[in-house]
Amino acid sequence: MATSNLKHALFCAIITLVVSYPILGFNLVSQGTSVGLEGANPTTVTAVFLAALAVFLFQLFRDQIMSGLGRVPKPALPTTRNMSDATRVRMQNLIILFVVIGAAIWPFLASRGSVDLATLVLIYVMLALGLNVVVGLAGLLDLGYVAFYAVGAYTFALLSQYFGISFWVALPTGALLAALFGLALGFPVLRLRGDYLAIVTLGFGEIIRILLNNWTSLTGGPNGIGGIPDPTLFGMEFGRRVKEEGNISFHDFFGIAYDSTHKIIFLYLIALVLAVMTFFAIRRLMQMPVGRSWEALREDEIAARSLGLSRTGVKLSAFTIGAFFAGFAGTVFASKQGFISPESFVFLESAIILAIVVLGGMGSQFGVILAAIAVTILPELAREFSEYRMLIFGAAMVLMMVWRPQGLLPMRRIHIHLDKPE
Amino acid sequence: MLVIEDVHTHYGKIEALHGVSVEVKKGEIVSLIGANGAGKTTLLMTVCGDPQASSGRVILEGRDITRRPTAEIMRSGISIVPEGRRVFPGLTVAENLHMGGFFNTKSEIRKSQQHVYELFPRLKERENQRAGTMSGGEQQMLAIGRALMSKPTLIILDEPSLGLAPLIIKQIFEIIAKLRDDGITVFLVEQNAHQALKLADRGYVLETGRIRLQDTGANLLANPDIQNAYLGG
Repeated sequence: MATSNLKHALFCAIITLVVSYPILGFNLVSQGTSVGLEGANPTTVTAVFLAALAVFLFQLFRDQIMSGLGRVPKPALPTTRNMSDATRVRMQNLIILFVVIGAAIWPFLASRGSVDLATLVLIYVMLALGLNVVVGLAGLLDLGYVAFYAVGAYTFALLSQYFGISFWVALPTGALLAALFGLALGFPVLRLRGDYLAIVTLGFGEIIRILLNNWTSLTGGPNGIGGIPDPTLFGMEFGRRVKEEGNISFHDFFGIAYDSTHKIIFLYLIALVLAVMTFFAIRRLMQMPVGRSWEALREDEIAARSLGLSRTGVKLSAFTIGAFFAGFAGTVFASKQGFISPESFVFLESAIILAIVVLGGMGSQFGVILAAIAVTILPELAREFSEYRMLIFGAAMVLMMVWRPQGLLPMRRIHIHLDKPE
Repeated sequence: MLVIEDVHTHYGKIEALHGVSVEVKKGEIVSLIGANGAGKTTLLMTVCGDPQASSGRVILEGRDITRRPTAEIMRSGISIVPEGRRVFPGLTVAENLHMGGFFNTKSEIRKSQQHVYELFPRLKERENQRAGTMSGGEQQMLAIGRALMSKPTLIILDEPSLGLAPLIIKQIFEIIAKLRDDGITVFLVEQNAHQALKLADRGYVLETGRIRLQDTGANLLANPDIQNAYLGG
């Protein structure tokens, strides 16, 4: 045991050296027209050797360290285990009510930047809640979810550019079109499961992005689409000057001074309302037969089918509904940014949304919301470490898997009770 | 009740069933026995429509269901207890039963649930326990109970004795006999040939995708070939 650890640790240390020394230990220096190689300064070289030593020590005492980690008290989270379902639901509703009221008042007190960030958080909440239907509830691994987000955003951008459609018309249109794309993706993947499904959805996400990137005549390609209009409040615009004939501006109507934060706050409130709607719509769906059939299919496909559930219907409904809410989020995103390009819809977005769902706890709406907030805000707080953000993110994921593999707030099913006849 | 006529089934290019004909009459228990790989489960799956028969017909109560989608077949009065039980491990017993009556109204579900609890008092005791934490025998009872929730006229059991202790197997077979007394037709697929034939009104022997023999259960039990091949001499 000890010798095998020693061998393994030596091996790991050597690998560390082999990998890092050539990269960090030499510098390329230009000497006139040619490029020369030069040893790096001694501190870097020492750091490389120290890193190798650290790896060696960690691997040597890995067992002790890992068992020590296991003894670290796990973060205690409020438990509602002993409550009956009815009280828990009532308490949840109360908490939601307070949180929503608080969230509605908060932007009037907070800074412009933080409200803007909070809007982004709410967009991610919508996305994560939508993906939670597909991945968490129906158990279909979707790596191309960002495609539906893009469809929603581009629907609004294109419609406003070519037909002058307003935000309020584009919102349902974008969501429905995204849902249609969800349906379209659903058909070819009906027979696929697990890894194969993941690969096809990954491909689908890339197809949409590449299409947007290359269809220059329609989408402007990598240049994106700008000048996407802001949402209006019953025909009132939030700009300093009214853009469209017949509209009046918000500050004129109320006779207050123009303030650019009005628009930011308004967008935030729209995102908040939509996120709350998404939450309740999906919660309702979860309790309806369609929600139970998603879970049945995830738990055991053969058993679900033997009960007469249609695999086609269940999978398509999950994809469609998940995509619908991504379309919502996309429209809000386009409106918030005022400019979109395929850059915003790369695979990394899909991965982050998926990470949110996994971190929060598959199927758990509260967990997913919590994770969406954490994953969006933490990188902003850690701006100084911008280069190491992904590293920190990765470390956080690993720690989560060690401590709470089931997610921040694992899903708790609401048990189904038949009212007992007296 | 259920007529299977000259059914051929393919997995890709490989033919698994070479023209199988089986008839299950109303109120009967019919057993299908056969060795591993004989095509027993394939035959059941063909009845359920996945995979569909490439030729031949499956007729349920006079209706041709050969080309119907699985979901529709499973809602037309037929119920299957799949091989290996396949209860939902994370759900409680009551919730599993509830899933069995997915397409029924609440009052119907309540009534069938009462009925299942009468049939399996054990399930009533464990009503709020997670199905995954129960013993194999209890899970099998639950699987049968769940299949009964949709009030089928025909119930198909795929290897209900799989992996169970002899005493439990005996209980399960007693329940199956009781189902027939309640007027439910039973199509039983088993490797446990002795028990299956003892219980059956009629039996079929399936060998490499063909029906080798068919007779009453008692006659098959007494048949020396069957005794040699399936009953250990």
